[in-house]
Amino acid sequence: MARDSQAALVALNRFGFGARGGASGDFVNAASDPRGFVKAELGRPNGVLLEAPGLQSTPQLGQAVFEYQAQVKAAREAATKAGTPAETKPGEAKPGEAPPQAQSAPPPADQKPAARRNLSLNAVAMDIAGQSPEMKPGDVAAKSTDAMQPNAAPPPAAKPAPQPLNVIQKTFRAEALARLQRATLADCGFTERLVAFWSNHFCISASKGELARIWAGAFEREAIRPHVLGRFADMLNAVEQHPAMLFFLDNQQSLGPDSRAGQNRKRGLNENLAREIMELHTLGVNGGYTQEDVTSLARIITGWTFAGRQGRLGEPGNFVFNANAHQPGPQVLLGKTYDAAGLAQGEAALADIARHPSTANFIAGKFARHFVADDPPPALVARLRDVFVKTDGDLKALATALVDSNEAWTAPLTKMRSPYEFLVASGRLLARVPEDPGQYLNSLNLLGQPLWSPAGPNGFPDTNAAWAAPEGMKLRLDIAVQIGSRLGNNIDPLDLLEFAAADAASTETRRTIERAESRQQALALLLMSPELQRR
Amino acid sequence: MTMDCVENRLLTSRRGLLLGGASFAAWAYLPKFARAADGRDPRLIVVILRGALDGLATVAPLGDPDYAGLHGSIALTRDGEHPALMLDSFFALHPSMPEFARMYRDKHAAVIHAVSTPYRDRSHFDGQDVLESGYAGPGRVQSGWLNRALEALPRGERVSSGLAVGPTTPLVLRGAAPTVGWAPVALPQADDDTAMRLVDLYRHRDPALASALSQGLQLEKAASGDDMKPKPGNAVAQMRLVAKGAAKLMAADDGPRIAALAFDGWDTHANEGGPVGRLAFLLGGLDGALAEFESGLGDRWRDTVVVVATEFGRTARINGTDGTDHGTGTIALLAGGAVKGGRVISDWPGLKLASLYEGRDVKPTTDLRAVIKGVLQDQFGLTDRVLAETVFPESASARPMKGLVV
Repeated sequence: MARDSQAALVALNRFGFGARGGASGDFVNAASDPRGFVKAELGRPNGVLLEAPGLQSTPQLGQAVFEYQAQVKAAREAATKAGTPAETKPGEAKPGEAPPQAQSAPPPADQKPAARRNLSLNAVAMDIAGQSPEMKPGDVAAKSTDAMQPNAAPPPAAKPAPQPLNVIQKTFRAEALARLQRATLADCGFTERLVAFWSNHFCISASKGELARIWAGAFEREAIRPHVLGRFADMLNAVEQHPAMLFFLDNQQSLGPDSRAGQNRKRGLNENLAREIMELHTLGVNGGYTQEDVTSLARIITGWTFAGRQGRLGEPGNFVFNANAHQPGPQVLLGKTYDAAGLAQGEAALADIARHPSTANFIAGKFARHFVADDPPPALVARLRDVFVKTDGDLKALATALVDSNEAWTAPLTKMRSPYEFLVASGRLLARVPEDPGQYLNSLNLLGQPLWSPAGPNGFPDTNAAWAAPEGMKLRLDIAVQIGSRLGNNIDPLDLLEFAAADAASTETRRTIERAESRQQALALLLMSPELQRR
Repeated sequence: MTMDCVENRLLTSRRGLLLGGASFAAWAYLPKFARAADGRDPRLIVVILRGALDGLATVAPLGDPDYAGLHGSIALTRDGEHPALMLDSFFALHPSMPEFARMYRDKHAAVIHAVSTPYRDRSHFDGQDVLESGYAGPGRVQSGWLNRALEALPRGERVSSGLAVGPTTPLVLRGAAPTVGWAPVALPQADDDTAMRLVDLYRHRDPALASALSQGLQLEKAASGDDMKPKPGNAVAQMRLVAKGAAKLMAADDGPRIAALAFDGWDTHANEGGPVGRLAFLLGGLDGALAEFESGLGDRWRDTVVVVATEFGRTARINGTDGTDHGTGTIALLAGGAVKGGRVISDWPGLKLASLYEGRDVKPTTDLRAVIKGVLQDQFGLTDRVLAETVFPESASARPMKGLVV
C-alpha cells in the first residue's frame, strides 16, 4: 500500500496524540490510510465513554464530600472541646496536587501558574520534589522511577509516612489516571482529543473548591463524553445542568427576584452562568446578545441547582430544578418569548441558542483553530459552520467534515502541542502506561496547564503564543531532560524517531539525535524536536 | 498488548531492588567482599564521563613535539597564567585539577594514557555501550561488566549491593546482581550543551521556537544571577553534590562497596577552551567530585579505587571551531588510597601524523579492559578466567594489568 509519511504525521499529531512506540505500528498504519486511521475511532461512539473500576457518579461523589466535611467538622469540634489545637485536614499537603479548599476560599497558590512561573528553577525543583535537598537513600530513586511509568515502587519504609490522601484527592487522582491511561492507549486518540477540546470549551475549574475538585472528572465523563459524537444541543444541556457547572458558575446561589425564595431572602439573581453560556459556550462574545439577554437568561435558569447535603430538594448531589427559586413568568430572550414555566423554559431557551447561527460560527471557528491553525482557513471554517447548521449541531458530522477537508491535511503543522498533549505524546512514544498520575499532574502544574483547572471559565488558551512562550519552552526542556535522564538509558533514540516520524523526520532532527552525547540527551532532544512539539 | 516489547525493554533492575530493599538493613543476604587475608574492605567507584573526554587536553603530552601544533589555541603549556601541572617530565595535568594533582603526588592517583575500549567507530551510543557492557561490540547485552563482577563475588553474611548514583542505573551496573539507587533531590535541569543543541536544531527548522527558547534560557540565567558565568558552574556543583552523597552512603559499615555514576557534558565539538573555558569547568567539577569521595569516605578512602573512564577520545587536531571531534585513544584515571599511584602508565604512540590512528586520533596502545580487569582482580580477587569469560567476554587477550593497587 502507498505510504504517505507526511499524511501519517498529520493523522497522528494533528488529529491524535502522536504515535505509540513499541510494536504498535501506529505510524505504518496511519501512513497506509491516513483518513481511515483517524476516522476509525469515530465509528465507535461507545469508545468515548470512560468507565473504570472505582469511578463514581456525581451524586455519590457529592455525598462523599458532604460526609468528609462532616467528619472534619466533628474532628474540629472534638479537638476544641478537648482544648487541643485543631488538626489540619488529613492529606492537605500532598505535593503536586492542590489541596481541597473551602468553597469560598481562593484557589490554592500552587494552582496558579502565574505565581509559579516566576519562581527560580531551583525553587521549582524543590517544589516538585516537595522535600528538602538532604539525602534520603532509596527515597529519591523511588520518586524518580515513579514518573511516566507503571512500576513505581512503594515508598521506602524509612520515609516518614505521608498523610493519607483524603477522598477528594483520591478521586481527583483516580479520574486523572483513567483519562491519562485512555489517552496513552488509544490507537489514534482523535476522540480523546475531541473530549479534551469540548472539556476545555465547557470547562469548570477544580480549584473552585472541594465539590469542583471531586466532580471534575465525573463532569467530563457524564456531561462531555456521551455527546462528543452526538449533538451539540444535548451536550449543552447536559453541561448546564451538571452540578459541577452549576457550582462552578454559582448558579446554585441564583434566585429569581420574584420567586418564593427570592422574596424571602436578601439574595437574588446571579448572572455568571447565563453570561458564560452565551459568551463562552454558544454565541461568542460578539454573537449578537445584549445585557438584557444575559439578565433574561439568568432569570430563565434560576432554580437550576443541585441537592445539598440535607437533601431537602432531592438526593444529595443530584441536579434538581428548584421551583421555589425560579423566577415566575414569561421571559424574552434574543427577541423570542419563552412562556413555558419551570425547567422546560430553560431547556427551550438552550435548545434555541444551540442552533443559533452565531453558535455555529463560534464553534466552527474554535474547532478549526484548535485542530488546524491559529488563523484557520476561512473556507474551512465556513464549511464547518455549514455542516453544523445543516446537521443541527451533529458533532460527529462536524468532526468528520474536518477530517474530510483538504485544508486539515495540507495546512503546515504549525500548532504547538499543549503541555497535556506534549506529556501524553511522550508517554505514548515511550510506551509508558501511567499507573500513578502524580508526575503528570506536577508537570502540568509547572507548565501552566493544571489538569481541569484553568484560571478562568474561558479555559486554557489554544494558540501558539500561549504555549510557545519563552518560559514555557525552557520549562518544557527541563521536563524533557528529566524524562530523558530517567528513561533514556534503555532506549534507542533512533528507533523512537522512527516510531514518531519515520522518514517524515527532518534531516536536522535526525542528525541532532544521532549526534547527541548520550541516550538521555538524545531522548530529551527528540521530545523537544519540532516533530514532537508541533502538530 | 502491543507495548509489551518496549515495556519489558525499559524495565531495569531498579524496580526489583526498590521493592526488595527499602533500607540498608534489608541487604543482609547480599555478598560480602571484605578480604579475610589482609583485613581490607575494598571499595570501587566507577565514573563514566559521557560525551568522550579529550584525553590530550586533560593529561597533555607536553614533551611530545607535535602536541602544541595539533592542539593549537587550546593546548596546555608549562607556563603562562594557568600553567599545566607537571606530572612527570613528559605529561602535564590540566590546571583545573589540583586535587587530582595532590593525590598523584601522594601516590594515590594514576593516569593511563592512549587507552581505549575495543570500539573503533565514533558513535557515542555504541561507544558507551561497549564501555559499559564490557562486550567487544555494541548492542549485545543489557547488562554491564560491573554488575557481572558483582555477581561473581563470593556471597557472605554481610552487606552489600551495587550503588547506582543518579536517576537511572547506568548500563555498567545493570544486570542480575541487585543494585540500589540514589540521587540527590533536584530536578535535573537542561545543561547548556543540551539547550545549545536544541536551539541549533530550532534555528534550522523552527525559528519561532528558537527565539522563544533562547529568550527563556536568557531569562533563566538573568533570574539566577549568573548571566556572566558559563552554565557549567552548575554542573560543577552538581558533580560535587553527587559524589558527596555517594561517599556518605559508601562510608557506612553496611553501605554499598561498589558504585557507578555518570557525568555528562564532555562532547566538546566547539569552544572547548584550554586552561580555562568549558572543558576546564567540567574538569574542575570532576576534580571536586574526587575530593568529595576522598573526604566523604574518610578512613575507607585507603581501601578505595575510583576508576574514571570515557567511551572514546577526541581528534588530536583541533577543528575549525576551537573544539575537537570524535576520536579514539584517550585517558583513564585512577584515584584512591588503594591506588599504586604517582605514575602515568602509557605505551606512548606519539602524535606524528603517521602514528595517529587513521591519521586523526591518538592511537590506543592499551586496552581499557586490561586496566579495569587489573583493578577488579587486585581489589576483589576475581580470577583471570571469570574476568576473561564472564565480566569481559572474549577478552582473554587483554590480560589484567598488574600492580595497579597497593
